[in-house]
Amino acid sequence: MKRYDAIVIGAGHNGLTNAAYLAKAGLDVLVVEKNDYIGGAAVSRELHEGWVYSNCSYVCSMMRQSLHRDLDLSRHGLMLVPYLGTVNFDDHGNTLMSYHSEAAAYNELKRHSRHDADAMFRLQADLGRYAQVIRKTLLRTPPDPTSFRIRDIQELLFLAKQFGALGQKELYEYIRFFTLSAADFLDDYFETDIVKAAMASAGIIGTALGVYSPGSSYILLHHVMGDVDGSIGAWGLARGGMGAISNALASACKSFGGEIRTNAGVDQIIVKGGRAVGVALSSGEEISANIVVSNLDARRTFTKIMDRDDLPPGIFEKAENFKIRGSSGKVNIALSGLPKFNNVPDNPYVNRGGQAFTGSMETMERAYDCWKRGTWSDDPFIESVIPSAWDPTVAPPGQHWMSNFIQYCPAELADGPWTPEKRDQFGQTVVNKLERYSPGFKDLIVHMEVRTPFEIEQEVGLTEGNIFQGELTIDQLLFNRPFPGYAQYRMPVKNMYMCGSSTHPGGGVSSACGANAAREILMDLRRPNTVPEDDCYDE
Amino acid sequence: MIVTMNSADFSTEKPRPSHFQPRLDERNIHDAWSSWNGYKLAEYYYEAEYEYFCIRNTCGTYDICPMQKYFISGPDAEKMLNRMVTRDVTKMRNNRVSYVLWCTDEGRLIDDGTIFRLADDSFMLTCGSPSTAWLKKSTLGFDNVTINDRSDELAALALQGPTSCAVLKRMGLEGIEQAKPFTIHHFDFLGDSLMVSRTGFTGDLGYELWIKAELALELWDAVYEAGADYGIHPFGEQATNMARLEAGFIMPGYEFNEALKTVHFEHDQTPFELNLDWMVDFKKPHFNGRAALLEESRRGPRYTLTRLDIEGNKPAEGSFIYDSQDCSRDIGYVTSGMWSPVVKANIALAMIETPHLNGELWAEINYEKELRHYSKVARCSVKDEPFWAPEHARATPARDY
Repeated sequence: MKRYDAIVIGAGHNGLTNAAYLAKAGLDVLVVEKNDYIGGAAVSRELHEGWVYSNCSYVCSMMRQSLHRDLDLSRHGLMLVPYLGTVNFDDHGNTLMSYHSEAAAYNELKRHSRHDADAMFRLQADLGRYAQVIRKTLLRTPPDPTSFRIRDIQELLFLAKQFGALGQKELYEYIRFFTLSAADFLDDYFETDIVKAAMASAGIIGTALGVYSPGSSYILLHHVMGDVDGSIGAWGLARGGMGAISNALASACKSFGGEIRTNAGVDQIIVKGGRAVGVALSSGEEISANIVVSNLDARRTFTKIMDRDDLPPGIFEKAENFKIRGSSGKVNIALSGLPKFNNVPDNPYVNRGGQAFTGSMETMERAYDCWKRGTWSDDPFIESVIPSAWDPTVAPPGQHWMSNFIQYCPAELADGPWTPEKRDQFGQTVVNKLERYSPGFKDLIVHMEVRTPFEIEQEVGLTEGNIFQGELTIDQLLFNRPFPGYAQYRMPVKNMYMCGSSTHPGGGVSSACGANAAREILMDLRRPNTVPEDDCYDE
Repeated sequence: MIVTMNSADFSTEKPRPSHFQPRLDERNIHDAWSSWNGYKLAEYYYEAEYEYFCIRNTCGTYDICPMQKYFISGPDAEKMLNRMVTRDVTKMRNNRVSYVLWCTDEGRLIDDGTIFRLADDSFMLTCGSPSTAWLKKSTLGFDNVTINDRSDELAALALQGPTSCAVLKRMGLEGIEQAKPFTIHHFDFLGDSLMVSRTGFTGDLGYELWIKAELALELWDAVYEAGADYGIHPFGEQATNMARLEAGFIMPGYEFNEALKTVHFEHDQTPFELNLDWMVDFKKPHFNGRAALLEESRRGPRYTLTRLDIEGNKPAEGSFIYDSQDCSRDIGYVTSGMWSPVVKANIALAMIETPHLNGELWAEINYEKELRHYSKVARCSVKDEPFWAPEHARATPARDY
């Protein structure tokens, strides 16, 4: 029977990136995927004829440009289109529009507060400075601070140099920043709630933290450190939906000779003599390989598809305690027309980008309180985008689809497990809120896909439906991700690696985890490194 | 004494309005204007990058009213054009368009443009710069040819991008999807003739629409009504320049200096230097510049326009090209350079001394960061294929997106 050089479990974007680089280096690679389609959480699916949803992730800004370029993903069909003009809606009918033009953005903020309009310059500069340092770590393996290996010491020095270049005051600020809540961080800049809420919402997306929870300010940075073609903080849409990213990666992978098998869920990573030697599929088929790479999250990898007895003591417990709490839902809605929202000027450039139904700092915190009690708020925070306003390929002409990301939605409900009825009630809550801001919205609905953490876990495989494959808090970042001592993509079983968002640098469609893991694997195999460096060093 | 300017007359200096001007004014919300051939021309309408993505992702329109449009007709029209340009005009069928170059006797490029063959003895020549004098010279010896400059009488609008065919279909131009690249088609528009050519300057699927100036606004409104669901948006000079560079098209003022306006010896270019060998047809009878070009084709061009993919992401605009990393000897210069958002590469066109093409190429790139100037030396690799040449741009029938 055929023996592969490497098997990658899970055809999400990081798994495909990892496989593409291993195949590019000449390895015989097989990607196995449980679903009958590839993409994991970077996927486009036509659930209603004529409409293509980005079912999970829906916008993109972290995709590493140097990987896109190196793998020639454009030739493989990928086009990232920046979109503009998000509108923030508060509880009282007020709106705050974002504009690309600095002058327009200033005018808009000034409508609410001259003070906040001025303060935004300082916030942007500070975030830009913080983001610049973090961005440089994305395509690098985190150093182990306890190790005395030359490579780890060099990497620590690299980090020290980057942080050191901030200057003493900023260094103190940065260290504080990692542990602050988004609210505390923003209080230092702004006085109006609508501006704070608009900025703070990025601090809770995908995480089981509230705007007042320590650690949420880093999540905010994680969401603004990306860029589209050098425009930092900008977000883009993949033409054809997020699945276009996975499809381009798969095409690149195949062009290097990599194989991808769908309908091939893994039941077990086979370990013999302390070494990973292959996988057993749920069909019963066994496939052997010299290397096994898991793109699943850390909890699922170690507690679901590995035998506890194959692991060194403590790892199973670490995986069980890995913070990967489900906190968000997704409602994809096909619409017969473009919805109109209250109190938004009739300006095509701000009317069709994104909508953030932030409400207020308090509304967001109340929604978090509901989550803590095992229910969802009837006034949740919703971040929406209408990709069809930009992308002609995802809905029939003149018709649209709206992606709604909802924070919060618990993985486990206080009143018992999720049922289809409860799921639909959750969907209805979202639609009711949208109807409040856009009278007539309900009449436009053609089709809906409602996804609670339950559906996301069942279909995509993300534990609790956590979009980051594990919380992005300082205890689970850099050399702590997923666990201290295992942050360099090598896992406690020999010849076994991880390449998903449970590893550094964490969640987001960046391809960085998969690429970094490939670099480590090639290093272990004593092959030349073919994974490029990041291209953000001289910015 | 207060001097008022009420009676001042700036009519010679002020740019002239385009035939589409009322619509352009509505859309140019930042008042970002430049000019072309005396006509008002938008640098951008909303934002250059936004408009660039309309060209690549949906569709956009570019006002080409300022383009020069000469109607050349008569029994000698074909012969006259064939002597003027470097391609073989006799091979052109009716209702076809051909990209052409014309040169001085020394084989230096005067301008590039397109010839539309409207009938056996009727042609339209379009080009960027006024060329009446040269056309007149080119008729020497041909008695039966008339040249009619209709630059100001015709309105023209380029509609470019992957949804451009869908827009024209929605407009009611039946069968337009069957139009092949470089073909001409006529449709009825409000009782008049609308000429549509599948041509453009963006490297994407696209068309150019030609109509008498009196119907310009009606045409604009029809195109925009049809395009509402297809992401239509006007684009300006900046987006055009980005798109044409990705497609590898040359531009006067960047890749070439028009020969008739060149002061310094050989600071103009030849078709061979511009890597347009395929445009020069030595099999046809005598044409302007033939002897000089034949001689050049024998000894090889001094420079060759080359597509470069450059390390890093800093655009190499205005950079020198060197044959080694220490930058001791320059062997060329970048004519146009940019970060390409769709290709995700740092692309450039550069004039490089031909003998050095196969050696190492390094660009010295200057850039600025918060008022401080930096310089870096980046490795360049030669690209044989166009940076951007999507399959849908050539496909017939044309797709909807």
